[in-house]
Amino acid sequence: MNTAFEPVIGLEVHIQLQTRSKIFCGCSTRFGAEANSQVCPVCMGLPGALPVLNRQALEFACRLALATGCRINPVSVFARKNYFYPDLPKGYQISQFEQPFAEAGTMTAATATGDERTLRIRRLHLEDDAGKSIHAEVFVAAGETLLDLNRCGVPLIELVTEPDFHAPAEAVDFLQKLRQLVRYLGICSGNMEEGSLRCDANISLRPAGSTGLGVKTELKNMNSFRHVERALEFEITRQSAALAAGGRIAQQTLLWDPDRGVAEPMRSKEEAHDYRYFPEPDLMPVRIDAAWVEVQRALLPELPEARKRRYESDFGLPAYDAGVLTSEPSLADYFERLVRLVEDKKAASNWVMGEVLRASKARGCPVQELRMTPEYLAGLLQALGQGRIHGRTAKRIFEETLDSGLDPAAAIAREEQAQVTDSAALRALVRQTLAAHPEERDAWLQGKDKLTGFFAGLILQAVQGRADPRSVMALLLDERTAPSREGK
Amino acid sequence: MTRRADFQAIKPLLADGSMTCTRLAETCLQHINKGAHLNAFIAVFAEQLLEKAAALDRKRARGQAGRLAGMVLGIKDNLAWSEGATTCGSKFLAGYHSPFAATVLQRLAAEDALFIGKTNMDEFAMGSSTEHSAFGPVRHPEDPDRVPGGSSGGSAAAVAAGLCTAALGSDTGGSIRQPASFCGVAGLKPTWGRVSRYGLVAFASSLDQIGPLARSVADCAELLQVIAGHDPADATSADTPVPDYLAGLQRDWKGLRVGLPAEYFQDGLEAPVRAAVAECSALFRSAGAELVPLSLPHTSYAIAAYYIISAAEASANLARFDGARYGRRTPAPANLEEMYLHSRSEGFGAEVKRRIMLGTFVLSSGYYDAQYGKAQRVRTLLQRDFAQAFGTCDLILTPVCPTTAFRLGEKAADPLSMYLSDVYTVSVNMAGLPALALPCGRDRAGLPIGAQLIGPAFSEPLLLAAGHFLEQQLSAPPAGPGAA
Repeated sequence: MNTAFEPVIGLEVHIQLQTRSKIFCGCSTRFGAEANSQVCPVCMGLPGALPVLNRQALEFACRLALATGCRINPVSVFARKNYFYPDLPKGYQISQFEQPFAEAGTMTAATATGDERTLRIRRLHLEDDAGKSIHAEVFVAAGETLLDLNRCGVPLIELVTEPDFHAPAEAVDFLQKLRQLVRYLGICSGNMEEGSLRCDANISLRPAGSTGLGVKTELKNMNSFRHVERALEFEITRQSAALAAGGRIAQQTLLWDPDRGVAEPMRSKEEAHDYRYFPEPDLMPVRIDAAWVEVQRALLPELPEARKRRYESDFGLPAYDAGVLTSEPSLADYFERLVRLVEDKKAASNWVMGEVLRASKARGCPVQELRMTPEYLAGLLQALGQGRIHGRTAKRIFEETLDSGLDPAAAIAREEQAQVTDSAALRALVRQTLAAHPEERDAWLQGKDKLTGFFAGLILQAVQGRADPRSVMALLLDERTAPSREGK
Repeated sequence: MTRRADFQAIKPLLADGSMTCTRLAETCLQHINKGAHLNAFIAVFAEQLLEKAAALDRKRARGQAGRLAGMVLGIKDNLAWSEGATTCGSKFLAGYHSPFAATVLQRLAAEDALFIGKTNMDEFAMGSSTEHSAFGPVRHPEDPDRVPGGSSGGSAAAVAAGLCTAALGSDTGGSIRQPASFCGVAGLKPTWGRVSRYGLVAFASSLDQIGPLARSVADCAELLQVIAGHDPADATSADTPVPDYLAGLQRDWKGLRVGLPAEYFQDGLEAPVRAAVAECSALFRSAGAELVPLSLPHTSYAIAAYYIISAAEASANLARFDGARYGRRTPAPANLEEMYLHSRSEGFGAEVKRRIMLGTFVLSSGYYDAQYGKAQRVRTLLQRDFAQAFGTCDLILTPVCPTTAFRLGEKAADPLSMYLSDVYTVSVNMAGLPALALPCGRDRAGLPIGAQLIGPAFSEPLLLAAGHFLEQQLSAPPAGPGAA
């Protein structure tokens, strides 16, 4: 990257809302339903149909506006954004233009150097989503396009930032924080691959140290955080090479091609839109009552930052742990159910960050749906903490419970019973093991300490883990120092 | 032409058994056959009508019929209905069957109104003569060489010629009132939001309103009673209580202030029209009302502003007719752009294309402020004009149109002269107000003249009562106007 130039980046994020029904009709918003099974005259734009605003979409927009400190406009106005496309059945999108729902908010994100920085949000408005055109599928004949209108009318919030980002990593950190926030607010699944969170970026370069703005390009079609970062890096490299060579940047829209790792201009025809916005006459202006906003504020859940700080102060967890545990509301909820039931908060944190996340990922199962519930895990951790079972056993029971969904209490009791706690029997096993490996034993006795572990492993293997490793270690050390051994 | 019985006159006949719904339906169908040359209907539901009429007579015998049993209605073809096609007078929608029914039609059907067919109209309600229909022009019932007015010309002609008891129309800039005036029937354009627009194929949403055309003001009142009221499916429909319009028809006119706006009585107004409207003001005065001369100073800007705003909204409302999902699609287009271009070029008539182009232009970047923006400011001024006027009067009396019905083809080739025939009607839509048109005389050729009563928002009870009063006075024998 050419350090003579500083990138200036602004983001436009589309946040698909998880309302039960669409923004202007009663159709379901469920993702993945059979094509064209969730449509009605309104979202299909049939002649004579009229939109009616979904109250829940307005509540969701209000939550995000409050959580980002935006000013909620007392009156906002829907507007028609006109363009022709087959998957836009009305021939216009119902959006907000001159008077958006909310303006002038902030969020914090980490800079490239790791510092927290405040980033400004310009505006936030509501609009309806378009359907999907399907061309590249085996069931579509050449030259044909099929339409799936299920997504038509699914509510979106468009959030536009100020051009406050100066590195791709900053933009990505902001997006991750935004995703975390919308998940906390329960308004969006935040899944970029499914398109429930979509991001376009505007980017320009300027000589380092200057404050003006260069000619910007717009990047589209980045459907993961990684693609956002790669596309921005690509464009910074491209623009700085052009500028360094004395060239100019053309203002245009570029499509990111993730397979080839390049961003290429859209056909200028597709780009040359004059949207001819004008106020939507089928919807009255949205009037926001201050008391209603206060009700929404009272209904806001605890937000990620606050929850993270609480984990540090209330549970004495390191900042790293608190950050990981609060990264997703579902994970934080899991941890919170667990941590209230166990004494060793750090152990609870370790298990959730380790075993629980691993199991969730390996099984492709959200943590809240794991058969190992926080309550079961609490029982297991208590048994472990009291030395009734040891770590290896605990992990085995953890796996068993994930499969069976049965209360691990029974397994813990079983393991406890099978535990080789009789120290005479254990001592006999220790001596037997030493005798079976005379060379190693002699080396060990002459001071090769590393072999302690070797013997302990053999012994524990022999009892299939049903012995307290601490007792085994104690017995081994006892054998090493016992005078009786010298006499043999 | 003899005055035909209105629904109020038919009701007692139905009640005493001297008339049946079946006979009413049969009579209308006979008149439709006789009046086929009028081309008032795009579709007639003859068989279904007779079946439903027979069923309705049985229902009436059981005493279970709704208040509109015996009302045979024509429906303007821009209202979505489950029977037949909903064409909007356009080739684009020929054969388009709506999967849902307009709210007003559901409400009328629930009160047992019978729908006889879909009436002809200017394509997508764009026109003032019903010459711009893909299904051919409608002719004036009293002079086939003349137009019935438009865009609800089919509805007006059908009511005037007895092809139905009453009809529904839509009014964006005068499309109910002007044809009612030309054909000599009553027509009401309700307050914007009074009647649900759900199922009305939109022309200009902020101006469109559904209303009745009927043989009497009382019939308009009865129809409004059924179709008015809040509809959860139309976010712009008002949640204002619906008063009893029929019960409110009789009232005392002493002290009522009738406004006469100077701008509506200037050059271009034909003398017989002026005289007939003056006769109406004289009737009010002799009943004890006060005549208030006033000014609506921005009237001269109304036509230009109206044609900008209505075209702008139309350009967006008609964007959905793209050939992708329903309606006309050009055979074998080479690509997407060609599909749009050819489907729309083939499907739309010249007037619709003209308005779409005008509307697209006035919203375009670089022209928006000077065109659409300025028109919106004019709209605000027009609203203010009326608000000030209603500080000094209770209702306003004007002509509906400067002329009586003009000849077929007389204005079709000159869009601007056609647009100017809306000079007295468009301001009402721009201000969202209710207005009633009713016959108030005839010119030398014997053609009907219409008077217009304009009131503040939701003043339909006053307008209907005032219209009913004029109607009674005008039909009374000249010797005793006070005796009616």
